Amino acid sequence: MDYAAVVILEILYMISFIALVSAGLAVVFGMMRVINLAHGEFVMLGGYTTLACQRAGIDLWFSMLVIAPIVVGLVGLIVERLVIRFLYGRMIDTMLATWGLSLLLIGIVTLIFGSSAVNVPTPIPGYQLGAYQMGGYNLFIIGVTIALYIGMWLVLRYTRLGLIARGAMQSADVASSLGYNPRTVYMVTFTIGAALSGFAGGVLAPLTGLLPASGGGYIAQSFIAVITGGSGAVISGTLTSSVLFGTISQIVSFASGPVLGDIVMLALAIVLLRLMPTGISGRFLRNSQ
Amino acid sequence: MKVWPSIGQMRWGWFLLGAAIILVWPAFFDTHTPTILLVWALFALSLGLMWGYAGLLSFGHTAYFGLGAYVYAIAVVNIGESTVPLLLAILIPAIVAAIIGAMMFYGRISDVYMGVITLVVSLILFKFMSATAGDKYAIGDARLGGFNGIPGFPVLNVPGLPDVSLFGVPMYYVAAVALLGCYLICRWILARSFGRVLVGIRENEGRCELLGYSVPAYKTAIFSISAAMAGLAGCLFANWAEIVTPSVFSLRSAAEVIIWVIVGGLGTLVGPILGAIVLGMLKLLLSEQTVIDNSLILGFILVVVVLAIPRGVVPALQYWFGRRARIRTQRSAHTRARRRVAAPVRPS
Repeated sequence: MDYAAVVILEILYMISFIALVSAGLAVVFGMMRVINLAHGEFVMLGGYTTLACQRAGIDLWFSMLVIAPIVVGLVGLIVERLVIRFLYGRMIDTMLATWGLSLLLIGIVTLIFGSSAVNVPTPIPGYQLGAYQMGGYNLFIIGVTIALYIGMWLVLRYTRLGLIARGAMQSADVASSLGYNPRTVYMVTFTIGAALSGFAGGVLAPLTGLLPASGGGYIAQSFIAVITGGSGAVISGTLTSSVLFGTISQIVSFASGPVLGDIVMLALAIVLLRLMPTGISGRFLRNSQ
Repeated sequence: MKVWPSIGQMRWGWFLLGAAIILVWPAFFDTHTPTILLVWALFALSLGLMWGYAGLLSFGHTAYFGLGAYVYAIAVVNIGESTVPLLLAILIPAIVAAIIGAMMFYGRISDVYMGVITLVVSLILFKFMSATAGDKYAIGDARLGGFNGIPGFPVLNVPGLPDVSLFGVPMYYVAAVALLGCYLICRWILARSFGRVLVGIRENEGRCELLGYSVPAYKTAIFSISAAMAGLAGCLFANWAEIVTPSVFSLRSAAEVIIWVIVGGLGTLVGPILGAIVLGMLKLLLSEQTVIDNSLILGFILVVVVLAIPRGVVPALQYWFGRRARIRTQRSAHTRARRRVAAPVRPS
């Protein structure tokens, strides 16, 4: 019984982890069809921002929930102005340039923080579940992810900003003829996407530990979740694929070790992409957000 | 808008000059570093053939390079004599690429998804190979060794003579002959109708399809050929390093080869070779100091090249020289035309 609860909690945590890490990438890919290979490094920057603030004596909650998104959002804005905006419509070139950017960011962070692993303290103590010691912070991650996705859905569905965003997503031409400059919409979208990645990085920092190269670990999961989710429906597509990959990878991990879980997840992604080249949402969830 | 250069011709003069420099080099200089530069150049050439001429970008081409290295190491530990392992190191990456390629191309997957899938393949190999520590993971006598890789396997020997190992200067010549041979094979492929169809597919896939060519078959074939060359490069790399570790599958290695090719130039064969040699040299020099991180420079180069010279350095130079030549011929043609017009005006 306890073991079942542990397994379910771990599965929920894995789903939340994937969904949280993918949120920023999903917004950018869904709205702009830009595949940002520096996404993992944005997440990593969020973690390092939290670390720097925590070392400077700022409250940990404030630095991970507020400062990390703002700082990484600003980095995203600078990147969009300097690099991405010249490459709209050239998908492969964008992927290459953002890959270069990811290496550049790794280099800069290594220069500042050094290349050894560092840790941010966990602000929530663990608890006892039957015979098992559980991390209390995992529950917080699950809660934060649910809140984040509800928030994203509300913004997209009920605010003017969300309306413009959905309009620009459906038809950039019509949105622009109604007076909304697509360039501005893209700039804001990319900044928000980066801020979401920074948020994920800040929140996850106490759990994962930090390395300049740790972005590479996020990129695989978020990449396949978002691409398999498809660009038709940002929220439901990403959530569906997060649930799918999180569940399967965690079940395989429990059965035979964490590495095989990752490998099965990646192999499954290849098969799914082969079967549904437009992603899950292109096939099943055409009329949702 | 990307302007692709034309298919290019074999310039025997330049080829012989380059070959002469490569072959005479060991008489004057050390060969340890140049050997690995030639191996990297071969690896870049394999990606340049497929990306520059067929327009197919494999984001994880390092998977086939690494497979070549691992297959050689595993096979040579088991067999002892290096001829069969060398052939396997070419053959197995080619077969793997043919399977993955057929799956992608017959499924009509777009180029972006192709990028994702190829990258995921190399990530899978990286994760798997990193996790194979312990006695449980062994193929025959070869223990995969997890993150520490496979060290101390026999290096290449003269075919049929297991005791005559090739290292040092002979190893350099093996790499040089492999590079020059593969260059000639690439030129040969491009000069045949097969190569022309590939360029046609790059330019307009639908049109080639309508002309009756099986686009997926051509794409799968060139992917497989390219992977075979990458596998050969990987095998030579294993012999140079005398150890194979999972880092051959890492994101970093995947990025490096793409940077070499795009900086050197798409749609040329000499571009990727020069890109790999120059940037490979830069990488080795940078790793000798610890002030500036290597990835910072690499990343910066990639961003700047994509933004400023998306065609790469060699095609940009070719275009520049070509335009000057064209202006010159235009100018002289213009003067000639003026003279011709001027001549009949004078009444006789």
